[in-house]
Amino acid sequence: MSRFVERHPAWALIAIIAIAIVLWLIFAVWPPGLEEAIGRKRVFLNALFNGITLGGLYFLVASGFTLIFGLMRNVNLAHGSLYLFGGYVGYAISTSTGSWILSFIVAFIMTALVGVLLQVIVFRRMEGQDLRQTMVTIGLSIVFADLMLWACGGDFYQIQTPGWLIGPVDLPLITAVKSSGEPVYLRYPLVRLVIFAASAVIGVAMWLALNRTRVGMIIRAGVDDRDILAATGVRIQLVFVAVFAFGAGLAGIAGVVGGTFQSLSPGEDIRFLLASLVVVIVGGMGSIPGAALGALIIGLAEQLGSVYIPTYAIVVTFLIMVLVLAIRPQGLLARR
Amino acid sequence: MSLAHDARVAVRPAAMAQRPARAWPEVNNPAAWIVVVLLLIMPLIASGFFLIEIFATTLILGIMALSLMFLAGYGGMVSLMQLTIAGFSAYMVAVFGISGNANISLGWPWWLAVPMALALATAFGTLGGALAVRTEGIYTIMITLAIGAAFYYFTNQNWAIFNGHTGINNVATPHFWGVNWRADIPFYYVVLAVAALCYFAVEYLSRAPFGLALQGVRDNPRRMAALGFNVNAHRIAAYAFASFVAALAGVLQVWNYRQISPGSVSVGACIDVLIIAVVGGITRPIGPFIGALIFVLLRTFALDFLVRLGLDGNRFRLLIGLGFLAIVFWSSDGVIGLWQRWRQSQRPRNDRQGGGRGHG
Repeated sequence: MSRFVERHPAWALIAIIAIAIVLWLIFAVWPPGLEEAIGRKRVFLNALFNGITLGGLYFLVASGFTLIFGLMRNVNLAHGSLYLFGGYVGYAISTSTGSWILSFIVAFIMTALVGVLLQVIVFRRMEGQDLRQTMVTIGLSIVFADLMLWACGGDFYQIQTPGWLIGPVDLPLITAVKSSGEPVYLRYPLVRLVIFAASAVIGVAMWLALNRTRVGMIIRAGVDDRDILAATGVRIQLVFVAVFAFGAGLAGIAGVVGGTFQSLSPGEDIRFLLASLVVVIVGGMGSIPGAALGALIIGLAEQLGSVYIPTYAIVVTFLIMVLVLAIRPQGLLARR
Repeated sequence: MSLAHDARVAVRPAAMAQRPARAWPEVNNPAAWIVVVLLLIMPLIASGFFLIEIFATTLILGIMALSLMFLAGYGGMVSLMQLTIAGFSAYMVAVFGISGNANISLGWPWWLAVPMALALATAFGTLGGALAVRTEGIYTIMITLAIGAAFYYFTNQNWAIFNGHTGINNVATPHFWGVNWRADIPFYYVVLAVAALCYFAVEYLSRAPFGLALQGVRDNPRRMAALGFNVNAHRIAAYAFASFVAALAGVLQVWNYRQISPGSVSVGACIDVLIIAVVGGITRPIGPFIGALIFVLLRTFALDFLVRLGLDGNRFRLLIGLGFLAIVFWSSDGVIGLWQRWRQSQRPRNDRQGGGRGHG
């Protein structure tokens, strides 16, 4: 951080000012002039929180994608299908057993199993052939999409939020002051906050596991040079299978999350595949912190965009991607 | 480890290197002449439905896939936005020309609207290509897919130009010299002429200095750069040419259906173009047309076929997906590759049929 400040003092200053403005927007009571110019503070805060929580969901999907890519150089374009599959499994479990937590566990295990099968049956046979693997994943995503359409139909499903998470909570953020002088606090759905906290915990745990454990060291070494790693006697195929299973499992968890605060239907697979594509392009392929940053940026851009410039929300997301490609083609936090 | 490496592995048997000395290989091939004659007298054989729904549609999809084949086969860049470029050009024809949505369409005559659409779509594709060449290999796939998706969502949301998810209907088709060019037979010949033009243009370009340099860039960009070629300029020029081809297909498509809506530029449709090109084979220009024929036949008849077998007719996409998977698994250059391998295994020894796991 301090090196960044030393090297780019102007950018650091701009960033600090921007952060200060955002913090002021969040915590201060807006003067009437500002409310007239850009609307109510409640709307802004809601969009901001929606963006951050959506970023959490995107992070769950994209981190598995980027992990798999980072280690195996395999662009798994069937990742969206894994997301949707996890969502459907979660729905089936939560409706049959009524347990929300259990649906996460089962969805994780089921998608991880699919991931293992994919890695063992398909990708191991065509290692090092990026293009062919990508094509195969495209074919697989078509097949999966149609199989799921067959099994689940074209209906919308929504996973029931458990009772203890239903309802809003008051956050200590003042949205307005009533004429009587009494402050109005922001009310926000608890479930979204919990899910965001959970994805943040998963992200931090992943970062710690990658940077502080032996397995993480092996994976990082594999990202850098898997041939040398294999030559040192690590059973690299086992690592590949484990990482693929974990990445797929994350997509499955994300499916349950997405099914809880949005809905599941055919077509969501492509939507989330594209979201994770854009997230990892912005953040940098193969980088977990990059996926977090990218997910946050894209989530915020989508939600703030859809509130303030509804017609062009999608274009904002796209413009961010173009801008990143133009300035830093490897992504914001990629090393290479 | 990049795509360039991959593409070279896939494309090696295409005999590009041996061919430059021999111009127009079709001239000596009797099968090619038979196909040409068949295509020319097709209106005598096929009825209106077959002529337009099967053959004209095949040719239009084939042109789109041809533009992808040019980029992927000769340039080593797999672009998923070729359909988006075609769709953009189709939208531009509808916007500048005459259509049922009078508040959007500017009402220009077709001979103004079409060049305008072609120019804009080519510019659009070139810009997208300029973005995509900043990255390599599989990144190109992702970026072009993202561009395609962004365009799809944009057309869905934008009402001022693209008329949202209803799209633009009743697009006027050209009518001059006393001929209605959208009537079945004239339209078929228009499509055929454009397809032939694009086919021979690609064929010619693959042997022209530019095409050879492009193939050099595909095989070894660093060496080409060392030789003094501007690698990125070649790639962007390839995108420009491919965009123009795709834009032509887009014009034909909007005339064919007389309407254009976001559904025609959806992500699934973008991927369909890739499927067509890969199934047909991305090593030579005839591949995309073969792939398109298979795709259109499957799309049209799979339902009846599956129902007749006692299966659910809606599983057409499953069939396509499985077919695509099989092709990608067993042949890296599509149906053409299978055919070539079968021919080769026939020639020396008749007992070794089916070929091996091959070179991919």
